[in-house]
Amino acid sequence: MEMMSGAAMVVRTLKDIGVKHVFGYPGGAVLDIYDALYAQTDVEHVLVRHEQAAAHMADGYARSTGQVGTVLVTSGPGATNTLTGIATAYMDSIPMVILSGQVPSMHIGEDAFQETDMVGCSRPIVKHSFLVKRAVDIPEAIAKAYYIASTGRPGPVVVDLPKDIVNVQDSHPYVFPTDVTMRSYNPTLKGHNKQIKKAVSTLLEAKRPVIYVGGGTIIAEACDLVTKIAEKLQAPVTSTLMGLGAFSSVHEQFVGMLGMHGRLEANKVMHNADCILALGARFDDRVTNNVEKFCPYATIIHVDIDPASISKTVAVHIPVVGSVDKVAEQLLENMGKVDSKAQKAKLADWWEQIEQWRSRECLAYKKDDKLIKPQEVIEALYKHTNGDAYVSSDVGQHQMFAALYYPFAKPRRWINSGGLGTMGFGLPAAMGVQMAHPESTSVVVTGDGSIQMNIQELATCLQYNLPIKIISLNNRALGMVRQWQDMIYKGRHSHSYMDSMPDFIKLAEAYGHVGIRVTDPADLDDAMARCFAMKDRLVFMDIEVDQNEHVYPMQIKYGAMDDMRLSKTERT
Amino acid sequence: MKRILSVLMENAPGALSRIVGVFSQRGYNVDSLCVAPTDDKSLSRLTITTQADDKVIEQITKQVNKLIDVLKVVELTDGTHVERELMLIKVATRSEVVRSEIHRNVDIFRAQIVDVDSNNYTIQVTGTSDKLDAFAHTLGQSTEIIEASRTGICGLARGDKALRP
Repeated sequence: MEMMSGAAMVVRTLKDIGVKHVFGYPGGAVLDIYDALYAQTDVEHVLVRHEQAAAHMADGYARSTGQVGTVLVTSGPGATNTLTGIATAYMDSIPMVILSGQVPSMHIGEDAFQETDMVGCSRPIVKHSFLVKRAVDIPEAIAKAYYIASTGRPGPVVVDLPKDIVNVQDSHPYVFPTDVTMRSYNPTLKGHNKQIKKAVSTLLEAKRPVIYVGGGTIIAEACDLVTKIAEKLQAPVTSTLMGLGAFSSVHEQFVGMLGMHGRLEANKVMHNADCILALGARFDDRVTNNVEKFCPYATIIHVDIDPASISKTVAVHIPVVGSVDKVAEQLLENMGKVDSKAQKAKLADWWEQIEQWRSRECLAYKKDDKLIKPQEVIEALYKHTNGDAYVSSDVGQHQMFAALYYPFAKPRRWINSGGLGTMGFGLPAAMGVQMAHPESTSVVVTGDGSIQMNIQELATCLQYNLPIKIISLNNRALGMVRQWQDMIYKGRHSHSYMDSMPDFIKLAEAYGHVGIRVTDPADLDDAMARCFAMKDRLVFMDIEVDQNEHVYPMQIKYGAMDDMRLSKTERT
Repeated sequence: MKRILSVLMENAPGALSRIVGVFSQRGYNVDSLCVAPTDDKSLSRLTITTQADDKVIEQITKQVNKLIDVLKVVELTDGTHVERELMLIKVATRSEVVRSEIHRNVDIFRAQIVDVDSNNYTIQVTGTSDKLDAFAHTLGQSTEIIEASRTGICGLARGDKALRP
């Protein structure tokens, strides 16, 4: 049996699990673990500039690969700085393991230097957590953490490691657990046969069906199967913000994103459907609008791996607990030889109606000679990346513009904080994406508000040569806040503007990068071309956009799904 | 509406705080909570009493079940069950009249006097929560209640049903 210190066990366990990257920041309680990371090449450590960014980087890494992201931080402030990142991952079901240092066991509870109860602080925002008490338990605790984080409905798991058990002076036997099983944790993967049969017969009888896909479809790697189901049924497909890319946005059956800033046709289809097949989506308030008025004609089939997500906000008729990939296989099997041509003929009236809604062209906007419209920036971005970039986003108007105007044809390309809505997520997430996909284009769409929430990571980008492209829609305001103030608070712009904006070009240059400012719509195309021609440099594009542009369509509060404002003056 | 949940979970550090956490973070009430290890010391069994309608109790059950440490959750109030609570109550015994009245009530409620002091009795009584309420109310009519401590409800389903791993 191999003998090693607790710190060496941490690193060795990570290696044995197959972890390639760890995002972290050293400090007193984890110095032993950092010592064990020194002079080894199995696990690459990425030094961030703020622990929150470490969690977002691990998150972007996880979202773009499907693998567990790993974070290593010290006790106290190091650990608490990750909390926003952990909550972000929790809300969007992202697999993540956070290794946090802790004060020595004998000092826990004494208010020791840099002590916080990390297990307690993180409890409401983790899938599970461990406080490891003995060095010999380290491999099992970490292996269990990865198992829990990555199976069932994924989520973040905290492993808190007191300093005394990772002491490099002590030696303990190392045993890697080859088989992790837990009697209290067995996620249901396959759907109940009776429910599957009910679902299939309802789908085949439907005259106005719709498939509503969410992030769960991507997590379960079920995108191809879902496309098969959609093509068999010839049903329209809509997607949540988290599900974009699960079903190709350029597919003719795709009617766009649904919800608060969804497309008119998507919300119309949902509201008028007689059957909704929800796949790994959770009917959250940014989708449903007023639940009392939600989809009054539909029989709802809800497939979700988390039983607690079913009938939480909207009561469903046919619940199916299971993972989307397994259930999709079962659905396909039970559908047998459905004739898609006959289906198409059957749904002709439905599609005719949908085309009518589509013809309203709810995403149309007016260009201007003097002011750059945020929408045209995203369209230019789409053109210059051939629609094939990894696009991470911050939170605000730019996020919605990106979601609406950049059609994602593949899963895991759209990286955004959907559930928690974390400003400051975009840049570090794009860095995690770039670490995982060094050869691909990693873009962050951000704004002048969000980018300043983790801007210090420009230093990390230089250290690790991450040639990220930052597309900042600079409107000198907190755009989404301003939009709501325009619409609801009579244009009283309370603290939604910034009077002292830094010179982002000089700032980018100070960090060793390239900055490009664009203020004239006529220069946009050229500037984008220059930006993407610099393959090995980080480019910060500070694009001055129209401050008064709103994101439309937008659902009207307390209304049904399809009660929407279509512009500043029009509504449904 | 009163609901009783019975939960079987790992007897692990932090497990109880996670259960209580689900109630506080999702806005559910805990009326009473009774917890101890089972005959298998690696497991704990909790009985939680709460107020909830059908929709809320379904969510509570699912959210508690979702916790990694939890093996099983059943709602006892869903079927026939036995529920008991234990109360220790200390009452003043200022006069012979009061003492004999207390003795009479102890007999009627099948309670037991478990400690005697010059000025007070400590009485143990078990039963449903209603019975305990009634006992305390009755004692309060004839003497002063100094203090009382209740365990909260603990319960089991009737018949063959059992909560086992």
